[in-house]
Amino acid sequence: MEELSVRQLAQGLAHRQFSSVELTRHFLARMQAHRHLNAFITEMGEQAVRQARLADQRIRSGDHGPLTGIPLAHKDIFCMQDGKTTCGSKMLDNFIAPYDATVVQKLEQAGCVVLGKTNMDEFAMGSSSENSFYGPVRNPWNSDCVPGGSSGGSAVAVAARMAPLATGTDTGGSIRQPAAFCGITGLKPTYGRVSRYGMVAYASSLDQAGPFGKSALDCAYLLQAMSGFDDRDSTCMDEPVPVYPRKLDRSLRGKVVGIPDEYFSEGLDPEVRVFMERAIAWAEKEGCIIENIRLPNTDLAIPAYYVIAMAECSSNLSRYDGVRFGYRCREPKNLHDLYHRSRSEAFGAEVKRRIMIGTYALSTGYYDAYYRKAQQIRRLISEDFNKAFQDVDYILGPTTPEPAFRIGEKVDDPVTMYLSDIYTISVNLAGIPAVSIPCGIHKGLPVGMQLIGNHFEEDKLLNFAHQYQQATDWHTRCPPGFE
Amino acid sequence: MSISLEEIQKISLLARLHVSAEEAGQYAVDLPGILAWVQQMNKVDTQGIEPMAHPMDASQRLREDTVTETDQRSRFQSVAPSTEKGLYLVPKVIE
Repeated sequence: MEELSVRQLAQGLAHRQFSSVELTRHFLARMQAHRHLNAFITEMGEQAVRQARLADQRIRSGDHGPLTGIPLAHKDIFCMQDGKTTCGSKMLDNFIAPYDATVVQKLEQAGCVVLGKTNMDEFAMGSSSENSFYGPVRNPWNSDCVPGGSSGGSAVAVAARMAPLATGTDTGGSIRQPAAFCGITGLKPTYGRVSRYGMVAYASSLDQAGPFGKSALDCAYLLQAMSGFDDRDSTCMDEPVPVYPRKLDRSLRGKVVGIPDEYFSEGLDPEVRVFMERAIAWAEKEGCIIENIRLPNTDLAIPAYYVIAMAECSSNLSRYDGVRFGYRCREPKNLHDLYHRSRSEAFGAEVKRRIMIGTYALSTGYYDAYYRKAQQIRRLISEDFNKAFQDVDYILGPTTPEPAFRIGEKVDDPVTMYLSDIYTISVNLAGIPAVSIPCGIHKGLPVGMQLIGNHFEEDKLLNFAHQYQQATDWHTRCPPGFE
Repeated sequence: MSISLEEIQKISLLARLHVSAEEAGQYAVDLPGILAWVQQMNKVDTQGIEPMAHPMDASQRLREDTVTETDQRSRFQSVAPSTEKGLYLVPKVIE
């Protein structure tokens, strides 16, 4: 069952080959068998079976859509009234949200069954899923390696076949990088495509939710159900949502694929480069026109991104004050002590580091040199993409400079860790969509390629990814021992 | 560049974080490292470039000023560390 696509699962449910309850129990059993990966913070077995029963009723009565009865995992960043929402932090270890995130609500309406909430870097701050209060997540391809982050638990849930689909969020690569490290497909939509309502905020001008699946087609179904205008998120865009799964069969003939010099320069693992060259050769064979392009401000994207993300996080995380919800220190001496100790005792090291730098960057006398400067560079980066998309349909390159690194390898060196996001970060600054799909395996670890499109061109990205997956089988590879 | 321990204490006050002497020492190493790295932004001249706050330069959407949310105080306070009679409790501020 775990190897079936979403479309096959829906057909199986519709033709009564299995029920949603059976499907749900199957995946719950796999979750239990693979607990050593630490992919889940909360398993929601009982609620899941209840939801599955409702889904079975809907299917029997004919009131069902393509995702009715399909199990999925939510990143533990989405507020849910059922169970707790921790965001990977001690701060929210006891937090039960008083409302559901729009994404949660939409997927419940679609009839999805929630298996559990997945582990992640605390408050989505990290590129390895090592910064979690609940311990590091392990990569199913090699349990000594990180799964990427921050949505590491969601990526592992899909890669180890513990869930057919999972939600994630991407602020600087947090969907695409774990998708690449775990050998699955993950898409970061256009900023404003998916509602951020009820999604715990990290850096609000960059955060965006998106789907994980084994294939582009599976992601198309999930993206379809997640997307759309929401009055409760003032940055959500009122743009029509195409029927993504129906947009994937178009030919790629004549499409122009831009290859940015900057994504193939020093720092790129030579083996990763070989797989990229093969993918480019495939595109050319399909009738795409390959063009070399420049994105000259790429190296400035990481510092600009970290300034913006840290400044916005220092502001967003000021809400955790030990007064209204979340952790409160014991026996505070006074209000000052209550604020200071509650925050210091409950935030992890990386979160505190980012709050400190963000606070510094926004403090009197430094605003222009850091935040304003970073926002100006953000415009330069966005203009690089605008210019590129005048001539090309797609931009293609590696998702990460190298495959998954080892747990503990970069944890003591923040700047090296930040540099692992070099190819994913610019996309968030420009607010454009991008998808990571598996395109090779090197020394037992998956390699991902990233395809970038212009605003609201998710359908084009999924089209390309689907065509590639029709011709190759990298996306069908399962980590050894998880078949 | 360097950041003094006094500056670290000032930032931690603004950030409402308690920083131990040991942590302050670590920040005095980490922060200048990260900030020096960030300063490579200065190699490009950005004079006259409009800062970009929203990826699509969209502005805030306005709505009619009508009541859309009902009172859910008791629900929201059910997750608060300490409340009494609908109020959030904190340590005494005025003696």
